[in-house]
Amino acid sequence: MSDKHTVTVTVTVNGQVYTGDCEPRMTLADFLRHECGLTGTHLGCEHGVCGACTVLLDDVAARSCLTFAVQADGARITTVEGLAEGEQLNTLQKSFQEHHGLQCGFCTSGMLMCATELLRENPNPTETEVREGISGVLCRCTGYDSIVKSVMAAAGDQRDAVSEAGSAR
Amino acid sequence: MKPPPFEYRSAHDSTETVELLTEYGDDAKILAGGQSLVPLMNFRMARPSVLIDINQTQDMTGIREDDGHLVIGAMARQRVLERDPTAGVAVPLLPAALAHTGHTTNRNRGTFGGSLAHADPAAELPALLVAMGGELTVKGPSGTRIVPAEDFFLAPLTTTLAYNEILVSARLPRLPSGTGTAVEELARRHGDFAIVSVMAAVHLDSNGRADLVRLAAGGVDSTPIRLHEAESVLSGGTLDETSIDAAATAAADASHPVDDVHGTASYRRDMVRVLVARAIRSAIANR
Repeated sequence: MSDKHTVTVTVTVNGQVYTGDCEPRMTLADFLRHECGLTGTHLGCEHGVCGACTVLLDDVAARSCLTFAVQADGARITTVEGLAEGEQLNTLQKSFQEHHGLQCGFCTSGMLMCATELLRENPNPTETEVREGISGVLCRCTGYDSIVKSVMAAAGDQRDAVSEAGSAR
Repeated sequence: MKPPPFEYRSAHDSTETVELLTEYGDDAKILAGGQSLVPLMNFRMARPSVLIDINQTQDMTGIREDDGHLVIGAMARQRVLERDPTAGVAVPLLPAALAHTGHTTNRNRGTFGGSLAHADPAAELPALLVAMGGELTVKGPSGTRIVPAEDFFLAPLTTTLAYNEILVSARLPRLPSGTGTAVEELARRHGDFAIVSVMAAVHLDSNGRADLVRLAAGGVDSTPIRLHEAESVLSGGTLDETSIDAAATAAADASHPVDDVHGTASYRRDMVRVLVARAIRSAIANR
């Protein structure tokens, strides 16, 4: 901590280390966007209602507008930019593309991060569980049906990939 | 930047937190999960000049059983508590109530103690503590004191905590096996604060008479309320439609809701009647 008004924050985002000075009041969302230049994390309401700013903080989904950057010092963060494998969209992203899981795209990063945690914890969710899992993210295009379809299809694709890998062994 | 400026301090344990609270006085606020405080700051409705972050503390996180009680550390994350097998068996109301508390993302960060200390009269955990007759352990400069749940909550967002005290844990009596529990909640959307919530626990003796009844409601007064009159109606008797209706009426009479944008006082009182009856029936059914 350099002085009472500025703190130095170091975070590992998508495997890359970033260090920046900021006021303690800077939210993690602003730090990611302005200090790290990672603008895939979107800010909608900035008071913990819309969920667009959801990131994985030490592997746990959290709203980056309700966490101060200084609190994330030393943490490992995954943002939407960290989902693709190189230039290849991951299974969940591909599924959103194929099943029309995004319309205007504003909520998409929040939806993807929430769904990433959901499918990690529950690889075989029911539709109700998917709806509950993404309930913390608002889509103002109201495109929930396609989002739920995308997540359900991604879960199916992940299961297929696992069983293919199993039968190939 | 959304929130007003503040000085940031990170405490290593509950003792240091008390020292910092004493040093900074009323201007300091404790930052736990941040799911209520940070929105208030982003709206600039709260403007603490110092935030004491307790996320790095390790001495308030445990969830354990102790002499017939479940002891939950204030820094236990709500999501961890929701899925804790010991907690779910000892007090089945916990996972049921937490399912209504915000969304997964909120519960990932939100803490057990934070919800209690924030004392929203419509929140689930305060109503649960009151229903269970829980006890809160509060730490201050001269040691710890125990506060019964019904004495802890004073008014909306106001508790008995002094400026230099911190809630460190709470004790809930373990419910005897065979106790039926139910949470009934009316909210506009899943995850919203309750318009009315009701917590119920019922145990019947071998003659089918109620030897344990716990009822509380949230969202219908300036604090969550224990429904003592309704419990008295049911205690010691067989639970039939007549006694359940009488208890529901007693509960509605004991509620003092106010009109707001989510519903009128009379609507809320009617919903207390409906939800108390429903909660008792489901508690009996899922014994």
